[in-house]
Amino acid sequence: MTQDALLQTLGLRKEFGGLVAVDDVSFVVPEGSIVSLIGPNGAGKTTFFNMLTGVYKPTAGRVIFLGEDLTTKPPHAFTQRGIGRTFQNIRLFKNMTALENVLVGMHVRLKGNLVEAILRTPRVRHEEAAARATARELLEFCGLRRKDEEIGKNMSYGDQRRLEVARALATQPKLLLLDEPTAGMNPQETQEFTEFVGRLRTERGLTVLLIEHDMRVVMGVSDRVTVLDYGEKIAEGTPQEIQRNQRVIEAYLGTAAVSS
Amino acid sequence: MRARLVKAVADAWWLVLSRFGLSRHRWQTLPRLTRRTVKAVVWVALGLVLVAFFGVWKLSALAVAAVVLVLVVPPYGKVTFRGRPVGKAILPVAVLALAITYPFYGVVSSMPQLPIFGPVPQMSTMVGMAVFTMMALGLNFVVGYAGLLDLGYVAFYAMGSYMAGWFASSQFADQNINFGGIGVAPGVTGFHFSIWLVLIMAGIATAIIGVIIGLPTLRLRGDYLAIVTLGFGEIMPQVARNGDSLFGFNLTNGTGGITPIDGPGFGGWFHHHLGLPANYLTLGTNADRVFFWTALVLVLLTVFASARLRDSRLGRAWIAIREDEVAAAAMGVPLMRTKTWAYATGAFFGGVAGAYYASYNGGAFPDEFFFNISVFILCMVILGGMGNIWGVIFGACFLEYLDREGLANIGAWLNGHFGPGGSDFQIWHKTLDVPLYEFGIFGAILVIVMLFRPEGLIPSSRRAAEFREGVHDEPLYDVEHDERLYTPETT
Repeated sequence: MTQDALLQTLGLRKEFGGLVAVDDVSFVVPEGSIVSLIGPNGAGKTTFFNMLTGVYKPTAGRVIFLGEDLTTKPPHAFTQRGIGRTFQNIRLFKNMTALENVLVGMHVRLKGNLVEAILRTPRVRHEEAAARATARELLEFCGLRRKDEEIGKNMSYGDQRRLEVARALATQPKLLLLDEPTAGMNPQETQEFTEFVGRLRTERGLTVLLIEHDMRVVMGVSDRVTVLDYGEKIAEGTPQEIQRNQRVIEAYLGTAAVSS
Repeated sequence: MRARLVKAVADAWWLVLSRFGLSRHRWQTLPRLTRRTVKAVVWVALGLVLVAFFGVWKLSALAVAAVVLVLVVPPYGKVTFRGRPVGKAILPVAVLALAITYPFYGVVSSMPQLPIFGPVPQMSTMVGMAVFTMMALGLNFVVGYAGLLDLGYVAFYAMGSYMAGWFASSQFADQNINFGGIGVAPGVTGFHFSIWLVLIMAGIATAIIGVIIGLPTLRLRGDYLAIVTLGFGEIMPQVARNGDSLFGFNLTNGTGGITPIDGPGFGGWFHHHLGLPANYLTLGTNADRVFFWTALVLVLLTVFASARLRDSRLGRAWIAIREDEVAAAAMGVPLMRTKTWAYATGAFFGGVAGAYYASYNGGAFPDEFFFNISVFILCMVILGGMGNIWGVIFGACFLEYLDREGLANIGAWLNGHFGPGGSDFQIWHKTLDVPLYEFGIFGAILVIVMLFRPEGLIPSSRRAAEFREGVHDEPLYDVEHDERLYTPETT
């Protein structure tokens, strides 16, 4: 194991009935890096992601985060240890305000319990006030200034994406998993978002793992790229290496296109 | 269909009004307060006319009308006192004051009577309404806040009642412990704890039962959860019914139930120094009103806890689970623990209400704890508006009133007008026993509410939106198929 590995998987495998969605994938996310996971549709990227956050339990293999084996833990344990995520098809709490969405994200970082909440002890009051202030800061950081009282479902698509990131950041992650964050964005928004991901690392010291289709984002921001095809890892390396890799080109364009 | 019907009625209405010089346009240009006042006055006047011609007229009807107008018309929300917004508290305080003073004015002989519904509820009915309000608010934690369908809530009611039976009666005759028990003659055996202590014990014991039931069942989702809770709701009364010989030990006294259960009271010291009633059961005709006030205090505590928890970290987590379980888990909400808290909290209040009701009724009888009670309480929550405290209070009061008096009154009115010897014209020849059709009528009410206002009569805005659009919570593959997902965390 490398010294600075934040997240590591060992032979991670997921079968749905007879279908092997992810086939013995081992890979490492070094601390402080931005790693991208790419691959054609149906390559098993999101399934892989879901195993990294405890939403799916792997059929075989292990997920190791900060040296701790989290494989059999429930999702909230992953969040608690410092893995935050967004969803490919936005899964906000649609009828809650932006602020409340972020506050739910803070759940594991707050302590107030049932009795304290009923009695509204000074500790809970301070904690709530502080949480609200932090939530507002996060919303502002994600470009959602003065939108804290807006209901999730009434927000624009771009804002919903931003809110998902804000909510994930509220869990105070060390590693942030973004599942196709630029899907449905126009080139302008995509450009802004790429810069935003860079800021997450420089300003917040986050490690980022990205699933992405847009090659400009992938090549522009990642340190390393991992390529999945039919559940298997077919290549790994710097963006430049990946762009030249024969198997990757075949996977994306088809064998016929390459050989002709 | 429904929209067209509403529009047709509205069109006809405005057609009539415009004949008298009030067009729709002109009405809408009037200030809001004016429109509100006019509407309220028209409705109240209509009510007075109905009472005068078809009900029983008393001069106090005018007072009732005035109170309704004062409550409904002014826009209290904007009222401030020394710069602080106090408006939101005015209505609840007024309603509470009306409830507290009810025993003084709510006398059948001095109050007007609505047509069909008949006289105002009696004190014993009011006690039932308060107790069931508490239970409905308890169920609201589970169904309204956390969005978990619980069809076995009666189990908690039963548990609370039997706790009172065990710790405030002579059920265990080989014991002789009196710990603040009221009205217990010297030499009477059994556990006799003070009812106030028993209420707390019942709440805690029931919450523990809630956790025990919850741990294995809350892994399930939706329909499966409903079926399992239904099973537990059936198990409890069966155990109560057959618990007179558990391995030779008489736990529940079987179908006879445990009776008598001690009444509440504060004892001699408090009676002398603070004027609190020493023993509720010796108050005679005034007993019911004291029972009612005590129940009101319990309801207030429940409302207080409901409101506080709704706006807390835990409450947000409940709502998040209701909206999207997978996202909530991914955001760090521990599903099992959070759901179990909802269950335990709901169970706690169900248990306290059950114990109090047992003390009021003077016994715990297995016949009271059948499935229909679970559905009855669920109906209260659904009818009023899931997740909304006002809605649940209204639903509980209305349905419990119908159950205790309303249906009988309606039946009497129907028989009086259309039954044998009816005063108007006779339609049926055998007396119709309306309360017999109680659950059919409740079912019909529920179907109508679900068709026309699925979010309940007084919904929370969030719940209303969820009902209109449906909740977006597609379980991921593992959630449906892999029970390992929810292994409780051991670290």
